[in-house]
Amino acid sequence: MKKILAIALALVLMATASLAMADAIKVGVIGPMTGPYAVYGLAVQYGAQIAADEINAQGGDIQFEILAADDQGDGELGVNAYNDLLDKGVNIMLSTVTSGSCMAVSTVANEERVFMLTPSGSADAITVGKDNIYRVCFKDSAQGLASAQYIVDNKLATKVGVIYNNALDYSIGIYNSFKAKAAELGLEIVAEAAFSDDTNADFSVQIAKMQEAGAELVFLPIYYTPASLILAQCASVGYAPVFFGVDGMDGILTLEGFDASLAEGVMLLTPFSADADDELTRNFVATYQAQHGEIPNQFAADAYDGIYALKAAVELAGVTADTAPEDACDPMIAAMQQITIEGLTGTMHWGADGEVDKTPTAVVIKDGVYVGAK
Amino acid sequence: MKTRKSKSFSGNFITYAMVIVAFLLCELALSGVIPGFKMSRSLKGQLVPICVYIVMAVSLNLTVGISGELSLGHAGFMSVGAFSGILVSQWLLSAFPETNLELVRLLAALATGGVVAAIAGVLIGIPVLRLRGDYLAIVTLAFGEIIRNLLNCVYFSFEGANLNFSFLDPNLPGNIVINGPMGAIGVKKLASFEAGFILVLFTLVVVLNLINSRSGRAIMAIRDNRIAAESVGINVTKYRMLAFVISAALAGMAGALYGLNYSTVQAAKFKFDTSILVLVFVVLGGIGNIRGSIIAATVLTILPEMLREFGNYRMLIYAIVLIVVMLVTNNPMLKSTLDSLKGKIFKKSVKEGDKA
Amino acid sequence: MIQFLSYLVNGISLGSVYAIIALGYSMVYGIAKMLNFAHGDVIMIGAFICFSATQYLGVPALVGVLLSVAVCTVLGITIERLAYKPLRSATSLAVLITAIGMSWLLQNIALLIWGANPKSFKSVIDLGTLVLFGGQLRITSETIVTVLANIIIMIALTQFTSKTKMGKAMRAVSEDRGAAELMGINVNATISMTFAIGSGLAAIAGVLLCSAYPVLMPTTGAMPGIKAFTAAVFGGIGSIPGALVGGILLGVIEILGKAYVSTELGDALVFAVLIVVLLVKPTGLLGKKIHEKV
Repeated sequence: MKKILAIALALVLMATASLAMADAIKVGVIGPMTGPYAVYGLAVQYGAQIAADEINAQGGDIQFEILAADDQGDGELGVNAYNDLLDKGVNIMLSTVTSGSCMAVSTVANEERVFMLTPSGSADAITVGKDNIYRVCFKDSAQGLASAQYIVDNKLATKVGVIYNNALDYSIGIYNSFKAKAAELGLEIVAEAAFSDDTNADFSVQIAKMQEAGAELVFLPIYYTPASLILAQCASVGYAPVFFGVDGMDGILTLEGFDASLAEGVMLLTPFSADADDELTRNFVATYQAQHGEIPNQFAADAYDGIYALKAAVELAGVTADTAPEDACDPMIAAMQQITIEGLTGTMHWGADGEVDKTPTAVVIKDGVYVGAK
Repeated sequence: MKTRKSKSFSGNFITYAMVIVAFLLCELALSGVIPGFKMSRSLKGQLVPICVYIVMAVSLNLTVGISGELSLGHAGFMSVGAFSGILVSQWLLSAFPETNLELVRLLAALATGGVVAAIAGVLIGIPVLRLRGDYLAIVTLAFGEIIRNLLNCVYFSFEGANLNFSFLDPNLPGNIVINGPMGAIGVKKLASFEAGFILVLFTLVVVLNLINSRSGRAIMAIRDNRIAAESVGINVTKYRMLAFVISAALAGMAGALYGLNYSTVQAAKFKFDTSILVLVFVVLGGIGNIRGSIIAATVLTILPEMLREFGNYRMLIYAIVLIVVMLVTNNPMLKSTLDSLKGKIFKKSVKEGDKA
Repeated sequence: MIQFLSYLVNGISLGSVYAIIALGYSMVYGIAKMLNFAHGDVIMIGAFICFSATQYLGVPALVGVLLSVAVCTVLGITIERLAYKPLRSATSLAVLITAIGMSWLLQNIALLIWGANPKSFKSVIDLGTLVLFGGQLRITSETIVTVLANIIIMIALTQFTSKTKMGKAMRAVSEDRGAAELMGINVNATISMTFAIGSGLAAIAGVLLCSAYPVLMPTTGAMPGIKAFTAAVFGGIGSIPGALVGGILLGVIEILGKAYVSTELGDALVFAVLIVVLLVKPTGLLGKKIHEKV
């Protein structure tokens, strides 16, 4: 009943919002809404929509209309979606969700002077040399560096193993910077093993390699879906090192049907946790759950924060629904460097390089919930 | 005999005319000379991919339709062409940064893509063409997957004119160009609709001339009856290989053009799904029907974009459209009515021809 | 040595999953002479049905499995009736493309029904793990059950096709469709039956796949489908024992390749071995030799 009420409320909100659409600033959201990466694209779409609904419901001068377009995580389709959105009169972009597509689209957006804030495209090269491309999430190398630093600072282990996805830029990006930093800090990587398929893969060999080398800590720069398989398969062979994940690991506790006891003691560096006790997170999680029946992951949170960052920047830059994308670009760049956002993923401000400055928090999973580590 | 020749000639003429007229119409729309006749950004952005997929479909039709081998790894050749083309183009840029050689770089990339894919075609063709039917299909699929798997482990970088290469080790000095699973990065866009159009024309000239040549007839004879063809002295291996390698080379050139249309391209793009997509173009356009491949590749590339109005139901509708089209076009009843209709028209034109 | 044995067991465990998918693939191919690319997606639907039944309706695992077999059987017959039967006289490529369309359709339907969020599948087999050599070698109950299921299904299928009337009709249709029709065999009914059995097997395969590797999402069937197709060709497509042998070998090669060559190139290695095998035996390990006629 609660759910129905919430949906009805959402519908009313949407209806009132659409009444006010005449002057709404159109924000383009490109991401994989179908295909194997649909979980990330849909989370971003939903998260952005919730933020936009909230802003529109406040009835201020700034109203947002979210226009979502599917790219299936592919660069070619991403550029197609980008062009289609501009045809539809989009003013600014909250795009794209996946790194590969983001690389292709951001180059075009840079040439054509369309302001773009990516919620979750994390490859380092996305923002390099492109003054109008900003991002909400951490870049890959920053996560690798922070992870190695954290492991050494807290003396979690001396022998480390890594299981990474060598067909995924996100995973490779973090892994490479982790490796470099580990060498610098004298952290010994005793075993490395790759895999290349996210679904239903067999990890017995990778796990055996970790076990054989005596890794006390296994670093998992991967998403939570394969991570859940690794945890389950480690448990079945009785191997229990410390598992250390990055932001892609967030979501593991919300995996439907997942036995949370398998994740007991898993540590991760993440800017967002759906279990956090602040009011902002609680409200967001409640709304998201009411609308979609699922607990939001960090992609949804990044998108939510992204919309609020856009709102603050739009306010400062004086961008309206009538501002052409290329006219909005430079004021938006200037504004982005001045704003500070208190969001779901922490307190954020941005530098001229487009990178966000926020601190990841280390959490450890205890009894099925995140607990701040130390 | 004479009439058959003239028929294929007029058929080819229609194909060329169709492509050229379409090109001119697009150019007209792009220039915006006629008010109201303008192209949307969305369609403009798809022009190069459409040209690429036309070349892919026509070249695959050479293998599947003309030569009669089911290939499930055509995207593999495309990826080889894309990565080698990008490498050459970026190397020229790195080695001669002062000079403005855009056209040279584009042509060099296309040529390299074609040659490297042709070499891959020979290497793969030797084992593949010993097999038949579905076994051949699975081996082409296997090669496509192997190529993709290897490309994920390859790293290239430039230091001026120097080229560095490594396998599995991303730590290379200089400017990294091909970065393992992240693919080619920082590619300078060189592809244009005009280049795509010329590539399509080139492909048509190569494929249509081949089909109407002595070699083409030999290839089709092998397709229709291998043993009979062999018994009249046709070198089966040579002609099957010829078709396979030309098809690979054209796919490589298409790949090079594709790679140079985006700032980045990843090996993951050229997975099994892309091979299948091109096969769908070929089958839907009609196996062995070159003009059909061109139309199907164009329509099926634009269709998903037209379906964007349906939001997240888009791919569902695309799948349903595909199934329904396959069912309708292969419906025996509809086919026979179409055939009889064709027969009537054909008879009429023959009669008219008699009169003249 | 124990390490090698352990890899071997893991290989058999993975291979038995491929094999059970390949059995259905191979059977449909052998009789209907079509590559049913939607087979992998029927597997995914089967696993989702079982997941929903146990997770949302709270039924016991066995009931969930039976329910998913029933649903998939009906689904298989429906797909065959709607999409493949009208194409009986069309070229095999037309059927192949329709099957691909069906595969996309099933994936997108699943996306709409169950959403994009992956689910963690709770194993239907809960018998613990067999521990040997003081913990150095572990065999999960999933592996044992999957291997047993393979053997039972293989024996049942070969008995069915050689002993029963329907089975003989299937073999007749497989040998020569036209001649079978002349002998009074209802070809359409026979092919429908083949799809029914193949899809029922797909449901079991889906449940076992997700019990062993417990992640479930709309694209879950895609890669195992391709691997199983490879396994079926490896063993000689159309041959039922071949599917079993091909599947197991494929799994063992994949695991040993990852263990002793490179984890990065495991998949490439599998396909390379496949190519070599097909060069030596062009119709797979246990495939029938094709005689060519002029």
